[in-house]
Amino acid sequence: MSKDDQILEEFTSKEYEHGWSVDFEADEAPAGINEDIIRFISAKKEEPQWLLDWRLKAFKKWTEMKEPRWPNVKYPDIDYQGVKYYSAPKQDKKPKSLDEVDPELLKTFERLGISLTEQKRLTGVAVDAVIDSVSVATTFKETLSELGIIFCSFSEAVQEHPELVKKYLGSVVPATDNYFAALNSAVFSDGSFCYIPSGVRCPMELSTYFRINAANTGQFERTLIVAEEGSYVSYLEGCTAPQRDENQLHAAVVEIYAAKDAEVKYSTVQNWYPGDKNGKGGIYNFVTKRGICDGDNSKISWTQVETGSAVTWKYPSCILKGDNSQGEFYSVAVTNNYQQADTGTKMIHIGKNTKSRIVSKGISAGKSQNSYRGQVHIMKRAENARNFSQCDSLLMGDKCGAHTFPYIDVENNSAQVEHEATTSKIGEDQIFYCQQRGIDEESAVALIVNGFAKEVMSKLPMEFAVEAQKLLALTLEGSVG
Amino acid sequence: MLKIDNLHASVEGKEILKGINLEVKAGEVHAIMGPNGSGKSTLASVLAGREEYEIEEGSVTYQGKDLLELAPEERAHAGVFLAFQYPVEIPGVSTTNFLKTAVNQTREARGLKSLDAVSFLKVMKEKMKLVDIDQALLSRALNEGFSGGEKKRNEIFQMAMLEPTLSILDETDSGLDIDALKIVADGVNKLKSPDNATIVVTHYQRLLDYIVPDYVHVLYQGRIVKSGDKSLAHELEDKGYDWIKEEVAAL
Ligand SMILES: Nc1ncnc2c1ncn2[C@@H]1O[C@H](COP(=O)(O)OP(=O)(O)O)[C@@H](O)[C@H]1O
Ligand SMILES: [Mg+2]
Repeated sequence: MSKDDQILEEFTSKEYEHGWSVDFEADEAPAGINEDIIRFISAKKEEPQWLLDWRLKAFKKWTEMKEPRWPNVKYPDIDYQGVKYYSAPKQDKKPKSLDEVDPELLKTFERLGISLTEQKRLTGVAVDAVIDSVSVATTFKETLSELGIIFCSFSEAVQEHPELVKKYLGSVVPATDNYFAALNSAVFSDGSFCYIPSGVRCPMELSTYFRINAANTGQFERTLIVAEEGSYVSYLEGCTAPQRDENQLHAAVVEIYAAKDAEVKYSTVQNWYPGDKNGKGGIYNFVTKRGICDGDNSKISWTQVETGSAVTWKYPSCILKGDNSQGEFYSVAVTNNYQQADTGTKMIHIGKNTKSRIVSKGISAGKSQNSYRGQVHIMKRAENARNFSQCDSLLMGDKCGAHTFPYIDVENNSAQVEHEATTSKIGEDQIFYCQQRGIDEESAVALIVNGFAKEVMSKLPMEFAVEAQKLLALTLEGSVG
Repeated sequence: MLKIDNLHASVEGKEILKGINLEVKAGEVHAIMGPNGSGKSTLASVLAGREEYEIEEGSVTYQGKDLLELAPEERAHAGVFLAFQYPVEIPGVSTTNFLKTAVNQTREARGLKSLDAVSFLKVMKEKMKLVDIDQALLSRALNEGFSGGEKKRNEIFQMAMLEPTLSILDETDSGLDIDALKIVADGVNKLKSPDNATIVVTHYQRLLDYIVPDYVHVLYQGRIVKSGDKSLAHELEDKGYDWIKEEVAAL
C-alpha cells in the first residue's frame, strides 16, 4: 500500500462525534405530505390565515415542480411521502423562560457543548436552540430587547410580530423560488427570527443551533434576518444530527434583508451527520440561503464551514441592489468517504459600484466529490461593478474529486471580474516534513488543511473558529498516514 | 549514540545505499561528502524515517534502540533532527504556529508539560538571536516564498528550537552567501555540546572551515569509500573527486 493510501485508510476510519440521540416523547405528524399535514402544522402553531394560505400556495406550486438534477451529486430518489414533516419534543406547556424548559432538552444541548443557561454561556453569544422542528429556548432575550432587537423563534415572531414577518417572509427567497424552498415554505416548522432596528449595532453574536433528533423526520427551518438602516449584526448557525442508517432530509431557507448602510455577517459551521464510511445514512442538506443588499452601502457576508451531510446542495447568495453595496462569500467545504458537496454562491450585481468577493476552499478526501458552483452576474445598470473569485481545491488521495463550475455573465462593460482557481494535493513531502519535526500524521494533516483554509477561518468569530478548526481535523481524521 | 551497520536501502527497486557503516559518538561532528547522486540525501532520509525508501539489509542503532523500528515523529521525539536539503513549503501555516505544534508534541512525547503561548514566545526570542532570524519571517507561511538562504536559516532556527541530540544537516550550506554561511555555522556551533552530535552533509569543503569536523567520510555510489580527518576535506577540495572515483574503479 502506498503511503497516500494508508493515509486515506486511516482518515476514513473516523467516527462522527455527535451521533447519539435522546428519546424524548415527541409530538409528531404522521409521515407524508398533503394539504392536511400543512393545515395540521399551521394549526399546531396557531398561525394566522394568511400564513396558512401562503403555505398552501407554496405546496401547490411544489407539487408542480421537479427536483433539480443539475447539481453534481448522486442520490437515490427521495420518498417525500415517507418523511415526517413535523416532530416536536413534547413539553407540558410552552416554556415561558429557560427555567421551564425540559431539563432533558437542556442536557441534549449541553452534550453538544452548547449551554443554554445564560450564566454559563460565553459572554457575547445569544442562542436560539432548535431541536427537530421546534425552537426550544432562546437566551439573552431581555438584554437584547432593551435595544429593540428582536431575537426569537420563528413561531413566536409569527405570534408577536406578525406585521414584520408578513412584510419580509418570502421577500428574498420567494415561496416558489426552487423545489426545496417551496417544500420548506409549505412545511417549515420553526426557525429563528431576528430584527435589528435602525442604527443599532447588535452587541453580541446571535446564534441558532439546529439539532435533528427524531428518526425518519425531516427538518425544515426558516431563518429571517432583517437589518434596518445603519444596523449591524453577526449571526452564527451550527448544526448536528444523530447517526442513523437511513438518510434524513434537511431543507432550510435563510433570508437576509439589509437596508441602507446595514451590515449582516452570517457564519455557519455545518456538521450534519455525513453517513458512515461506506456511505450509508447521513443528512441530505438542500438549503437555500440568500440575502439582499437592498439599501445603498449595505453589506452581507456569508462565511461557511461545511463538514457534514451526505449530500450538500447550497449556494448562499447576495443580491446587490443598493449602490455601493457589497457581498462576500467565504467557504470551506470538506468532504470525506462518500460525501458529496455541490456548493458555492451567486453574486447578482444590480446597483452601481457594487462589489463582491468569493473565496472558496474545497478539501476532498476518501471517495468524496466536492464541487464549487458559482455565478457572478453583472447586470446592465451595475456601473463599475467588481468581483474577485478565488477557488482552491485540495485533494487527499486519488479516489476523490474536485470540480469547479464558475458561471460569469457580464452585461455592463465597465465591470471588472477576476477568477482564480488552483488545485493541489497534500504532499507526502509536507507530511514527512511535519513528522520529522515531531508532529504526528493526523496533526500534520490538520495543520496543513487549516493552513489551506486559513483565509476563510479567519473570517469566523473567535468562539466559532476554534470549533471549526477542530471539526476540520476531525472530519479528515484518518485520511493521511 | 548512532551505529549504522551494513545498511542497504533502495527506492523504486533501485539500490541506492549499498552497505553503509558508520559510528557517531556523543560530542562528535562527522562530515559526509561526495559527488551528486552518491546517496547522501538518501542516507539522511533513511535515518529520518522516510517511508519510500526500503531497507534491504543492515541495522541502525540509536541510543541503544533500533532506530528503523520507530515512526518518523518518534525519531524526532527521540532527538533526531534533519535539516532538509529542500525545505518544504506549507501554505497558510506560519513557522511560529508550526513550531509551537512541533515543540509541544515533542514535549508531550517526552512527558513534559506543553509550553503556553507566553513561554513559547520567550524561548523563541532567545533562539532567534542565535541564528539572527527576523520575527517577520517567522510570521509568514512556512518556507513559502522564502529565498534559499532564508529557508536554510529557518531550518537551523527550527533545530535550535527543538534542541536535538543528533542533527543531520543536508547541504545546509548550498545557496548561502558567505555571511549567511557564517551565521548558520555559528548557530550550529553554539548548539554543540558534549551530549549531542552532528552529521554535516556537504559537497563543498567551505562549510567545514566554520563547522570543524572530527571525521570526514566520502560517500560514493552508495558506500563510504574513504574516511579520515579534516585534512581529507582539504584534499578533496584540491584534487576533486576524480581520484576517489579512480580508486574505487581500481578495486
Ligand atoms: N525518491 C527517489 N526516487 C527515485 N530515485 C531516487 C529517489 N531518491 C533518490 N534517488 C536516486 O538515488 C540516487 C542518490 O540520490 P541522493 O541521495 O539524493 O544523492 P545525493 O544527496 O548524494 O546527491 C540518485 O541517483 C537519485 O536519482
Ligand atoms: Mg542530496
